[in-house]
Amino acid sequence: MLKNRIIPCLDVKNGRVVKGINFVDLKDAGDPVEQAQIYSDGGADEICFLDITASNENRDIIYDVVKNTSKKCFVPLTVGGGVRGVEDINKLLNCGADKVSINTAAVQNAEVVVESSKKFGSQCIVVAIDAKKNEDKWEVFTHGGRNNTGIDAIEFAKKMEDSGAGELLVTSMDRDGTQVGFDIDLTSKISAKVNIPLIASGGVGNLDHLVDGIILGNASAVLAASIFHYGKYSVKEAKEYLDSKGIPVRI
Amino acid sequence: MNVTIVDYNSGNISSVINSFKEVAKDKVNIEVTSDLNKIKSSDKVVLPGQGSFKSCVDALNNINGLVDTLNDFAINNKKPLLGICVGLQMFADIGYEETETKGLGWISGKVSKIDNQNGKYKLPHIGWNQIKILKESKIFKNIENNSHMYFVHSYEFIPNDKNVISATADYSTNIVCSAEKENIFGTQFHPEKSDKIGLQIIDNFINL
Repeated sequence: MLKNRIIPCLDVKNGRVVKGINFVDLKDAGDPVEQAQIYSDGGADEICFLDITASNENRDIIYDVVKNTSKKCFVPLTVGGGVRGVEDINKLLNCGADKVSINTAAVQNAEVVVESSKKFGSQCIVVAIDAKKNEDKWEVFTHGGRNNTGIDAIEFAKKMEDSGAGELLVTSMDRDGTQVGFDIDLTSKISAKVNIPLIASGGVGNLDHLVDGIILGNASAVLAASIFHYGKYSVKEAKEYLDSKGIPVRI
Repeated sequence: MNVTIVDYNSGNISSVINSFKEVAKDKVNIEVTSDLNKIKSSDKVVLPGQGSFKSCVDALNNINGLVDTLNDFAINNKKPLLGICVGLQMFADIGYEETETKGLGWISGKVSKIDNQNGKYKLPHIGWNQIKILKESKIFKNIENNSHMYFVHSYEFIPNDKNVISATADYSTNIVCSAEKENIFGTQFHPEKSDKIGLQIIDNFINL
């Protein structure tokens, strides 16, 4: 039976982890390679890096981070943040990323998704959708949540599936950082609309939220940052909890 | 010993390279090449594959003499070869992804889209699934039945002779996730991404 996945996400800025696990025995709390390895050893089903480096001159650092991580972590590694097109994707994959997540570039030009999924295969193309509720619909935001495009998120999700995306990473901007749980309405509506797997993100504050994301939100995988970073729960605890609720997980 | 990972522009093979180098350490030499002489002289060959069946077959055919060299290696000389994902699928006679495409024909059968039962099952089949081991295999040494492996694919290999199937995974139907015939081995899942248990399979292949 296929298991639901738990994916810890690490924010990386200038090659350093911004929100990291606060473990006393960590040699270097800011080292993304070491943190990724801890997650992977702890049973993470995949690892996700979100590169939030702002300045252009430091953008290449992420390639070294990916290169070093992929030599130590033998679970799938997804990298996103600032991916503009085929050339960036190619570089990340060559460094050892297994999947690349595209956000702004996919919204600006769906051809990027068409072209890259043809070139590299759908299996490595994740489209990240940042959505915010506006009255009775959700709108797609770009540029790390700064620009509202006004595009309907559910329609956009369908369009990305048709363009060749292998998975969708759906983040509720209303919930992101709030720790009050996923926007279940958003994820379940998108999941019902598409036939590709959906990764739910944004708002996880406790383990019941992960359960809700999978059962009510119909997500194939759940992504979380804070609950793991600050040591509130380990990936192992999360999996055992899901298992106790009858959700299939890899233990 | 030399193990060659065939680099034929079949998409992203960095993870395959990393995992084999991790397992091989300094004991075994891992080559990554499409050089026909190097393939001929190696002890074992790994045939990775990502993207569509057609794109991988096309990529093989684009390198002059590669298919013949692989045929010599695996069929005539009966040296060990491991196909991963589309690398396994290409063992078939024919594939139906994008368009009807001829495969290597090493293990008679076809590659078709997984039946998603009218949308009940999401495709691609992505994530960790348990393998049901159907017969003893050298590459499953020290691998327990129902171990988790990482999958990502929408098409499945359907061999004519069910005796070649060494493991299946349950997703919509019993998907063939491992097949073998004498010296030819293939996994639909990605051992290179399946954590320590996946590295064990790679170790088993290297130590055949």
